[in-house]
Amino acid sequence: MNRFEVITPADLASASRLLAQDGHVAFAGGVDVLDLSKQNVESPTALVNLKGLKELGGIEVRPSGELRLGAMAKLSEVAEHPAIRARFTAIAEAAGEVATPQIRNLGTVGGNILQRPRCWYFRNPDVNCLKKGGDTCYAISGLNRYHAILGGGPAFIVHPSNLAPALIAMRASATIVGPAGERTVELEKFFTLPTVDPKRENSLKSGEIVTEVIVPASPSSVRSHYLEAREKQSFDWPLVSVAIALDRAPGANTVRDARVVMGAVAPVPWRSPEAEAALKGGPLDESRARAAAEAALKDARPMSDNAYKVVIAKVIVRRAIMSVAGLEAA
Amino acid sequence: MSRRVTLNLGFQGNTRDVTVVIPDDEPTPWQWGERLSVVGKPTPRVDGPLKATGAAHYTYDIELPGMLYGAILRSPRPHARIRNIDLSAAEHLDGVRAVLALEDREIRFAGQEVAAVAAISSDLAADALKLIKVDYEKMPFVVDMDRAMADFAPRVFGSGSNVGRTSTSSVGNVARGLEVAANTIEAAYTTAVQTHVCLETHGAVASFNAARDQLTVWCSTQGVFSVRDDLAVYFSLPPDNVRVVCEFLGGGFGSKFGATPEMIVAARLAGATGVPVKVMLPRGDEHRSTGNRPNSEQKVKLGVDRDGKLTAIDLVQRGSGGIGGGAGSAGPFKSIYRCANIRTEERNIYTNAGPASPMRAPGWPQGCFALELAMDEMARKAGIDRLEFRRRNSDNPVRAAEYEIGARAFGWAEKNSSPKSSGAFKRGVGVASAEWHAVGVPGPEAQVIAHRDGAVEVRVGTQDIGTGTRTILAIVAAEELGLPVDRVKSEIGDTRFLFSVPSGGSLSAPSNTPAVRQAAAHLKDKLFRIAAPILGAEPDDLEASDGFIRVRTNPSRSLAFADVCKRIPGDSISAQGERVANYEGFRTDQAGCQFAEVEVDTETGIVRVTHVVAVHDAGRIIDPLMARSQVNGGILMGIGFALFENRRMDPMLGIMVNPTMDDYKLLGSLDVPRIDVTFFEVANGITNTGVMGLGEVAHVASAAAVACAVYDAIGVPVRSLPITPDRVLAALGRA
Repeated sequence: MNRFEVITPADLASASRLLAQDGHVAFAGGVDVLDLSKQNVESPTALVNLKGLKELGGIEVRPSGELRLGAMAKLSEVAEHPAIRARFTAIAEAAGEVATPQIRNLGTVGGNILQRPRCWYFRNPDVNCLKKGGDTCYAISGLNRYHAILGGGPAFIVHPSNLAPALIAMRASATIVGPAGERTVELEKFFTLPTVDPKRENSLKSGEIVTEVIVPASPSSVRSHYLEAREKQSFDWPLVSVAIALDRAPGANTVRDARVVMGAVAPVPWRSPEAEAALKGGPLDESRARAAAEAALKDARPMSDNAYKVVIAKVIVRRAIMSVAGLEAA
Repeated sequence: MSRRVTLNLGFQGNTRDVTVVIPDDEPTPWQWGERLSVVGKPTPRVDGPLKATGAAHYTYDIELPGMLYGAILRSPRPHARIRNIDLSAAEHLDGVRAVLALEDREIRFAGQEVAAVAAISSDLAADALKLIKVDYEKMPFVVDMDRAMADFAPRVFGSGSNVGRTSTSSVGNVARGLEVAANTIEAAYTTAVQTHVCLETHGAVASFNAARDQLTVWCSTQGVFSVRDDLAVYFSLPPDNVRVVCEFLGGGFGSKFGATPEMIVAARLAGATGVPVKVMLPRGDEHRSTGNRPNSEQKVKLGVDRDGKLTAIDLVQRGSGGIGGGAGSAGPFKSIYRCANIRTEERNIYTNAGPASPMRAPGWPQGCFALELAMDEMARKAGIDRLEFRRRNSDNPVRAAEYEIGARAFGWAEKNSSPKSSGAFKRGVGVASAEWHAVGVPGPEAQVIAHRDGAVEVRVGTQDIGTGTRTILAIVAAEELGLPVDRVKSEIGDTRFLFSVPSGGSLSAPSNTPAVRQAAAHLKDKLFRIAAPILGAEPDDLEASDGFIRVRTNPSRSLAFADVCKRIPGDSISAQGERVANYEGFRTDQAGCQFAEVEVDTETGIVRVTHVVAVHDAGRIIDPLMARSQVNGGILMGIGFALFENRRMDPMLGIMVNPTMDDYKLLGSLDVPRIDVTFFEVANGITNTGVMGLGEVAHVASAAAVACAVYDAIGVPVRSLPITPDRVLAALGRA
């Protein structure tokens, strides 16, 4: 780890000005930024401490039914919030599956969606990979059991956020404040593929701060669910995760609308219009769930060591659909 | 000078009298069934509160006045020659006090020590490392065992082959045994490299007193005396001029014997600067450079006759301990099951990876996994119940009894015959047999001291690797002196105390407890001589119990132990005891068996261990709490070996890709199954306490039992550890 200073700005505007400077990195829960610094992957000259900026805090379900998650809201608070559990179930479930209780007590909503990938080449200080300005993604010819099966190239990382697939499934947007003022971006469009810039995972610009995530009101006909598969039950990253949101006509089994978003399979949270199309318009049963799972992985391009992730992804997508539909597996 | 004692040895229903000759001053061995007051009763870990509150001082906690912080530069390259090393920029950095280039000019693995610095803070030391310029001449390397065996593979050690000496053993005629067999199986099994993952990384604080030519080293070690001897040789000092201290140790598992490189670096830097220097390794170095359990490929052939008796056991094995050796795994094949024809062949393959070091029952968990899964494959082919197959081929009466105890506790008969369940989740059960030899060795000496205030102190130059050594030594002394355990304090982990052996090879309990007991007995004799005139009796007529010294034939004539201590002429009175040579025992080996139940998600390949039953014999159990804790640890480490742990090396870069606690998958709390431990007490003789070690035997069979249970659950064997989801799916033909 290099030496850095910690600056606590008085307000959001100063935070933004500070973050526009070279080597200045946002410091929220501190989980990933300290990991990256300790691993010498990032060497910030200053950490801009966002704790205490009141615009970034809080969890609120507004009278309209809209959910506001402050960027500094703790994952443990999201996981345990009764209204989120009831009406935005997938989001609470995703937050509750993150790492360990200790990390959930530190980790924030903003930090979770902005965390850097876990790729073991990217995280190794002795390897100058494509994501760090080098010219090679070592996962291509190297060890890639945890890497991308969809959307990979030229870098083959997977996006590690648990929360992002759930937020995208619930149509969330991020509010971003920066030197040019405030903007709102649909979270689905916020994340960027390595084809845009292999060194980045999102479109956050210099000096910009994610201040909050807004999830639109979810009709009572919508049910959602987040499910992940991981090797260890304690403190492990998902091999595959999926968030499902289904809107069915009251009293009917016909799917009016569906969102299927997978995590840990692609360099961005991976929404599957194909799976959604397979679910829409018909009655929901196991064969439709299977068809949706097949559709979700139709374009999968596994690497040398990770074909098993395609198998697991299909299972997890199907199980999540079955569960949210209240169907038991045959 | 010596006397004859008859010992009743064995276990319920299987005992025999043995007459042994023991030295006169050796206390009479505790007999089987003898009523003891604190031995065998659950005593909480005496230093538990210190550890739980952070008051226990580990090496990391040692802070000395003027102390500098050392750091080690390691090669990022797997194989290279150092053309030049430029230390000047590091030397000129403010706050840096010493910079050393280490001697080796040829680098053979990524992570090998290259240079070291000492600075006034650990941050500055890390900065200084970045200023050292090393000019490496790249050399071809090989990290994959198969590739290392190829004719034109890069050589790890210049001139020599990467294929080490073949070690073979043969009994009977295996070819003939396979020929006459009614059924045979042949399969290849592999295991991955597992690292020790000591929660306290390797490290040391060294202080050189130049005026006295005295070196003192505080370090995380399994053997204060072995470190002392190594350092004395390295620095050409008389052993007496080297003091090694390890008050608390955060795990070793075999990787912390002797003077390891960071200790020598700390001592050299301390010598160069004239002030104490601390070197604690970062986690990545711990994974890459401080040792590991070698991988293995084991080709196994078994033959059985029509009665289900083994006619042949054949093993052709190879493994790689990186640039180190010790990759064999034949142990279990040669001794767990009885067979007239056994042949084993082991070869160590050198690769450009960190050196192996001993790890909890070296070679046995690998061998036990391959042997036991092969046994299950054989049993299935021959149509014999797996437990019955093991019974028929084991001639150890202790294990036979343990199979029955374990099968009952586990519910083997029901679980083995119940359906694997419908749907995606399938349950399976497995059983595997353990073995180890843990009777201890002579060598240790102990001192037991009674103070005027009635407090008793035990001093031995052993160390607590985490198994509760302090606790069991206090219990043994308390038993002998008739005191509650909390009146006795154990002082260990310092070469200023009397000699003891390293804590490894399951040596500690059986080697140290008899010395402590003898010392306590000698102290008791001295206290009896003080008490006798007051009680109007002869010393020989006295006994110590319940905190009193009393006349055996008239217990109402007694003195409190503390009152006797008040009459100690000086401030304290002490006695020594030694661990005498092993005398005859019931058996010198340990059996043991473990049963495991798993649940396999056959759609995702994810395996969870749900229940483990362990049955172990370890002679006399001093403290069932400490013993159970040790078995728990052995099982959990075995589950990690079975399901998760794998040091992964990138073949193109020659580096370990997962040297973090994040990527190296160590099981966590939710991965811990229900564990039931039963101790099968065997009156084993051999020493005055009859204790055997437990550290290794508790770990030998764990991974094997899990692998056998997975086979039972899914109906196809997964022949490679760790049993990760991809391998389960591949075995099921799903990926």
